[in-house]
Amino acid sequence: MTAIGSDSTVAPTRVIDARGSYCPGPLMELIRAIREEEVGSVIAVRSSDRGSRIDIPKWIEKAGHRLVGVAEGDGYDEIVVEKLH
Amino acid sequence: MERIVIVGGGVGGTLAANLVSRKLKREIDTGQATVTVIDKLGNHVYQPGFMYITFGHEREEKLSRPERSLLDERVQLVVDEVESIDEESSTVHLASGKELGYEHLVLATGARILPEAIEHFDTEAHHFYTAAAARKLRKALDAFKGGQIVIAIAGMPYKCPPAPLEVSFLIEAELRKRGLRKKSDVHFCSPIGRAFTIESVSEMATPVLEEKGIELHTFFNVEAIDAERKVVQSLEGEELPYDLLILVPPHRGQQFLIDSGFAPAPGGWLPTDHHTLQVGERPNVYALGDATDLPLSKAGSTAHFEAPIVAERLAAAVTGRKPDVKKGNYTGRVMCFFEIGDGKGTLLRFDYDHPPQPPKPNRVWHLGKILFNKTYWHTVPRGRV
Repeated sequence: MTAIGSDSTVAPTRVIDARGSYCPGPLMELIRAIREEEVGSVIAVRSSDRGSRIDIPKWIEKAGHRLVGVAEGDGYDEIVVEKLH
Repeated sequence: MERIVIVGGGVGGTLAANLVSRKLKREIDTGQATVTVIDKLGNHVYQPGFMYITFGHEREEKLSRPERSLLDERVQLVVDEVESIDEESSTVHLASGKELGYEHLVLATGARILPEAIEHFDTEAHHFYTAAAARKLRKALDAFKGGQIVIAIAGMPYKCPPAPLEVSFLIEAELRKRGLRKKSDVHFCSPIGRAFTIESVSEMATPVLEEKGIELHTFFNVEAIDAERKVVQSLEGEELPYDLLILVPPHRGQQFLIDSGFAPAPGGWLPTDHHTLQVGERPNVYALGDATDLPLSKAGSTAHFEAPIVAERLAAAVTGRKPDVKKGNYTGRVMCFFEIGDGKGTLLRFDYDHPPQPPKPNRVWHLGKILFNKTYWHTVPRGRV
């Protein structure tokens, strides 16, 4: 996995495997996890939909959470977010 | 004996039953096969018509017909509710206590709406996913004298993805006709970063929103309704005040599919093969219509184009042949009309590999939708189109 920009010191507390799901599936999975998890949780979303690496960071910014990083795996992206509120 | 049990008498279940019973005429007549539809109400409801109760003087009684009247005479109909399905014994357990065994199972179980999942939905918000709700919305619009109208989506996926945009366009056109436009603001809230999930449709719809002065709010995932302050709040921290609030309610698959191990919680959508429409790895269980987890519109049109594939695969299984490569392989084909308001519409035609290229909105596609609605009973359920 190649880190495009990430804080490797933060380990995810939950990993969502949304590979094979299409827009807006991965974002909706992340939103569900954000609703369920405690503040401070770190959630990683794996998505094979190329649009996710653009859409999900935009959503994170709008929703006021922290983008920990984006990494590229074999045929998918992993986007890591920390729930801030 | 090869028993085909189809759960659900909507577009997908009814059409699949009629098509497979035609293919298996001889086997059914000689007692080698049966086709049974189980339907909770025994009534087939044309759900796309609900929106026209609000906007087109449609009457509820025109939107429902006895399921029996739409089924081929070779198809048996059981009016009952499914409580559970036992996969080990291949048995469907019904609310009446009856049991139905099967060799082949089709899950055409649709989607449920859950307005109650949002606090204050019942007193503060409107929707158009039932005839009663559509009538209530009509009354609210009649009483509306100007103010803030908010149209938002309280959960994805939901039935008929274009519907909230269509409702926004139709409301805006109505406000203009009634001389209320200058006294009103119309807000359309999308849960994602654009107006519509499919990019090409978004590119078509966004300029129409701008032209009509409808304010687009992206990344607006409905979190709560503050009934006292009359504001709808998003997970992303936005608030919008409303005088009239229209929300697409959260949708789920059927609970008995989760309880019976066919679909994962909490969504309850059936994991469905994109091309064979088989559920999970099961060779004898199929899903179609709103019940699937396919990355396609939850719409009657999707079920319409899936039903022939399910019928072909069932007929092949019963007669011991391989399914036809073309007829038994779903390509994700969907075709639906899209209302723009002012008597204009467009058409969304697409499949897994080809996104829609909607033509410039015009009167023809609006009239096409009206004609389709009027002729539905004689065409789609009977497999004539």
